[in-house]
Amino acid sequence: MQPLLLSHFTTTSCIGRGLAPTLASLRERRSGLQPCDFEGADLATWTGSVAGVDDEVLRDDLRAYDCRNNRLAQLGLRQDGFEQAVHRTVARVGRQRMGVFLGTSTAGILQTELAYRRRDPVSGALPADFNYATTHNPYSVSAFVRGFFGLEGPAMAVSSACSSSAKVFASARRMLEAGLIDAAIVGGVDSLCLTTLCGFNSLGLLSSRPCRPFDVNRDGISIGEAAAFILLERVPSSLDANAVLLRGVGESSDAHHMSSPHPQGLGARLAMQQALASAGLQAPQIGYINLHGTATPGNDAAEGQAVVALFGELATPCSSTKGATGHTLGAAGALEAVISALALQQGLMPGGANTEQLDPAIAVNYLMGNREQPVSSVLSNSFGFGGTNCSLVFSRAG
Amino acid sequence: MTPLSPASPAPLVVYIDGVGLLGPGIDHWEEGRQQLAGLAPARRQKTVLPAPAALPPAERRRAGAMVKLALAVGLEALQAAGLDAAQVPSVFASSGGDGLNCHEMCMALASPEKFISPTRFHNSVHNAASGYWGIATGSMATSSVLCAYDGSFAAGWLEAVAQAVVDGVPVLLLAYDTDYPEPLRSVRPVPDTFGVALVLSPQRSARSLARCTLHGDACLTGDPADQLADPVLEPLRRGIPAARSLPLLRAVATRQAGRVVLDYLDGLQLALDIAPCA
Repeated sequence: MQPLLLSHFTTTSCIGRGLAPTLASLRERRSGLQPCDFEGADLATWTGSVAGVDDEVLRDDLRAYDCRNNRLAQLGLRQDGFEQAVHRTVARVGRQRMGVFLGTSTAGILQTELAYRRRDPVSGALPADFNYATTHNPYSVSAFVRGFFGLEGPAMAVSSACSSSAKVFASARRMLEAGLIDAAIVGGVDSLCLTTLCGFNSLGLLSSRPCRPFDVNRDGISIGEAAAFILLERVPSSLDANAVLLRGVGESSDAHHMSSPHPQGLGARLAMQQALASAGLQAPQIGYINLHGTATPGNDAAEGQAVVALFGELATPCSSTKGATGHTLGAAGALEAVISALALQQGLMPGGANTEQLDPAIAVNYLMGNREQPVSSVLSNSFGFGGTNCSLVFSRAG
Repeated sequence: MTPLSPASPAPLVVYIDGVGLLGPGIDHWEEGRQQLAGLAPARRQKTVLPAPAALPPAERRRAGAMVKLALAVGLEALQAAGLDAAQVPSVFASSGGDGLNCHEMCMALASPEKFISPTRFHNSVHNAASGYWGIATGSMATSSVLCAYDGSFAAGWLEAVAQAVVDGVPVLLLAYDTDYPEPLRSVRPVPDTFGVALVLSPQRSARSLARCTLHGDACLTGDPADQLADPVLEPLRRGIPAARSLPLLRAVATRQAGRVVLDYLDGLQLALDIAPCA
């Protein structure tokens, strides 16, 4: 594929608002997970919640979009000068030539959960202040961001569970290459809600401790929330050596089961293979793999097998950053794309947080501590329910 | 910084090689084609969903209306195009999830126990139909799952056309919606289920029905979307987001050449040129 430039990026999660605190947390190997205190969820689990989301106030003209998910989106847009970078790019390419492609799994479904608690006792009707289109609907977050910047170009939500905000890169790449747009805001926003907390609980997939990816005793995920945004453009004629490029994309389906991965990670392997092929790279040229690494017994085993099959035993350094951030579901792909970009720019391979004893049955080179060394290419994995897989390759420009 | 943008992007050309259709009073594409061409009267009848015979028994029991709908139209379109699902990337576009499943889940979460079954939960993901599609067909090809509210068909169309042209492969586009029970129905009044599937190929084949051209710099327009004169079909177009595809299907059915404008986002429509293949 034609490489694309990540001309600006930012992320907000439980390990920090913006790049500097996120990087500091990674350097200090700090996890943002806390015992779950989400209203209405009486669950023995840990969550990665973002402080101050509910204090965010939406602009008057965007008030209809008000919900936790869009507040988190706005909080995210306001970090690292992302807002200003978008305005500069729009001034250059035009409002119709900027696409908005954001991943989310549940958008503002919390608003519907709350509305159902306030049904009219007689008629059963939902409260009059409830607005389905601008809060619950998966598109609401993309419509909000499009409105936030006054854009007039293509927009959509990608909602394929936990691969959503990795797959937005694939969609933006095709739209840019087809000449339909000149720049895109890609990213992911997902926020805590009872649907995912109670849903994963019913599947027996929530850990009662901070999640421990690739640990021999791993016993499930910790759910987090995040907003991550990346401005994607064609590569200009001159580039800073520290610039980060989207170099390869691979996508596949498991065709196996709705909520369990293919046991040998066949779909995952296919996605990674395609990402390498589209980047024109061989496996040994990847310096670090940011694993999907959810910390469920099945997911990590399947992903581990796929990584070993492609990269060899105990070969490429890899880790999951979900021990620090929690699993941010539809935002995970974009959050981990930004962490991958930081790894490239800072020469930092983050060691996995919380993991105490590596699973000896998984022969990957899992980093238990940070490694500071230049990295030229990173592979980032995102896999989801329904057997949807996406792998991305990012490289330093110089 | 000046991006290396194509001086004048080449028009995007795809061929419609197969159609699948299912909706109120429409059991398959041939029936819809005749209604759209005015050869048969449109029928006011609730959508009849076939059993998802392609799924293994366990998944068949768990499949909701949305899955049945998507499988039916997707398989019909592929068969018409003479393609094997295993090789064909898919784009799933829906204006929302499965309405009934969403309602049952929100009811459970509003109760003191807050218990939702594993099946209820995994059926709630927006990509449920895509996941079941993979299980039913064995296809490991990529599948994208999108939403753009009432403009979801046009969003899916853009995604599928870009993919077919950029990656040089036939792509299956599926757009589908289900109705919602009360109390959601009052805030999201989708009256019935409707699904459409199109095989879009970058090359013309013996099966090609129509040639569609999208001009990259002029496909987004403020012009109003085309309407249908038929008193049964036009309310369908307005009422169910996936049925916003009907003006395009009418052009295929009537073998008319010309410009088609479809609903997309607020104040923004999608324009394309269509011509029948002889």
